[in-house]
Amino acid sequence: MQALPTRWRTSSRWWLSAAAAVALAGSAWAGENAVDAAKLTALVLQDCGSCHGMTLKGGLGKPLTAEQLEHWDSEQIAHIILEGVPGTPMPPWKPLLSEAEARWIADHLKKGTLR
Amino acid sequence: MLAGGGLAVPARVSRAGSGPRGTGDLGIVIERATGSVLVVETTGRTVLGRIEGLGDLSHASAVFSRDERYAYVFGRDGGLTRLDLLEMRIDRRIVQAGNSIGGAISDDGRLVAASNYDPGGVKVFDADTLVEVAAIPAIGAQGRASKTVGLVDVTGRRFVYTLYDAGEIWIADFSRGATPVLTKFPDAGALPYDANVTGDGRHYLAGLFGEDGITYLDLWDDAPKLRRVFQGYNAGRDKLPVYKMPHFEGWGQSGSDLVLPAAGQNEVLLLDLSTLKEKARIAVHGQPVFCVARPDGREVWINFAHPANDTIQILDVPKAKIVHTFQPGPAVLHLEFTPRGHEVWISVRDADRVDIMDVRTRAKVGEIAARKPSGILFTARAHRLGS
Repeated sequence: MQALPTRWRTSSRWWLSAAAAVALAGSAWAGENAVDAAKLTALVLQDCGSCHGMTLKGGLGKPLTAEQLEHWDSEQIAHIILEGVPGTPMPPWKPLLSEAEARWIADHLKKGTLR
Repeated sequence: MLAGGGLAVPARVSRAGSGPRGTGDLGIVIERATGSVLVVETTGRTVLGRIEGLGDLSHASAVFSRDERYAYVFGRDGGLTRLDLLEMRIDRRIVQAGNSIGGAISDDGRLVAASNYDPGGVKVFDADTLVEVAAIPAIGAQGRASKTVGLVDVTGRRFVYTLYDAGEIWIADFSRGATPVLTKFPDAGALPYDANVTGDGRHYLAGLFGEDGITYLDLWDDAPKLRRVFQGYNAGRDKLPVYKMPHFEGWGQSGSDLVLPAAGQNEVLLLDLSTLKEKARIAVHGQPVFCVARPDGREVWINFAHPANDTIQILDVPKAKIVHTFQPGPAVLHLEFTPRGHEVWISVRDADRVDIMDVRTRAKVGEIAARKPSGILFTARAHRLGS
């Protein structure tokens, strides 16, 4: 893997966007009950699916099946969703997703229940 | 107005009278969530039928036979399906890999090549029988097995493609038969995510994700050499997170101008092919995905990545200026012009609808219902190099 380009590192602008997204998400901080499961399921299958495959079996991005994620815990997966993987095309989703939403997605990927 | 999703579709062509028909106004619409395609015709703007059983089409593309009767659909799951558009059925189908991204058909129409992610490399098949002719692993100079992207056909039974992981461009020449002569260009840049060739088969460009620039190869050169264009176009500014990779398919060529989607910026890039110099960077509504040229090249219609994917903008290429912006609906995934560009079909995924617009007046003139539509591909592609 090549050296991590500095432009990938989080800039203050993205922190502001993230803060705005969190503010908009509002009650998402309240936890599981506050997330919109239908919206997040659609996001994972359709938008994550553009790289990871709509059946989550992989594409330009790695497979995200429960089997594939066996050795990762939900917290690590949520961290990758929010922060991205520098030096790869995996973007940080925190401008668009709250921590609660990322955690919800991570939990459901682990369980293999998104379809 | 048709009810979304509830469209009754005949199993076979339901053309009034059962006499012979041409195929020059036919096309397919990929229904990405259900593994099906609609066969459509652009004269009366209707659906002729739905063909099911094509596997995982969450990413899909297609090429057409020279007689415009058959479509070869490349699915996400490695499926390669030959559709008979007249008989409205699957003619042949194989699963040739674990995970596939697209393909091409040779200029003589005899060979169909598929570009694969898993296990990587390129496989080539007889276009009539889908029997394997060649399997070309993509092991780069560093010994690294690669996914392949940007697979196109060029003159002389040749295919050109790019190795994503290894960062190389290869030419596979089948002019002497089933065993290809390979020409390899290492050091093509870090993480080339897509590539395409201009309609004359000359200019091949690969967009780089792992570095700042686009790799260029002049295929008309007797001894082609890699060059970089737009090197450092992100210098001094943040690269935005990319939520959907830009695609080079359908890119806009207008005379010597080529319009390309930038990666990580809300802009499109205008390259002067006669000098290989940057001509302009044009700010647009979001991060571009497809920059599709109207067939005459005067305009380029642009769609965008999530979360700006409800919008299309129209670039007037000679003026280098956005002249129109509109919102077809939620999740505009693809667009395709009719062969001479009088109308354009636009897939609006989350509305389960394909909109049809008059290109000159920009008024909507029709729509068809489709389940989660993505790619729209018309048979006229059969007669274009590289597509």
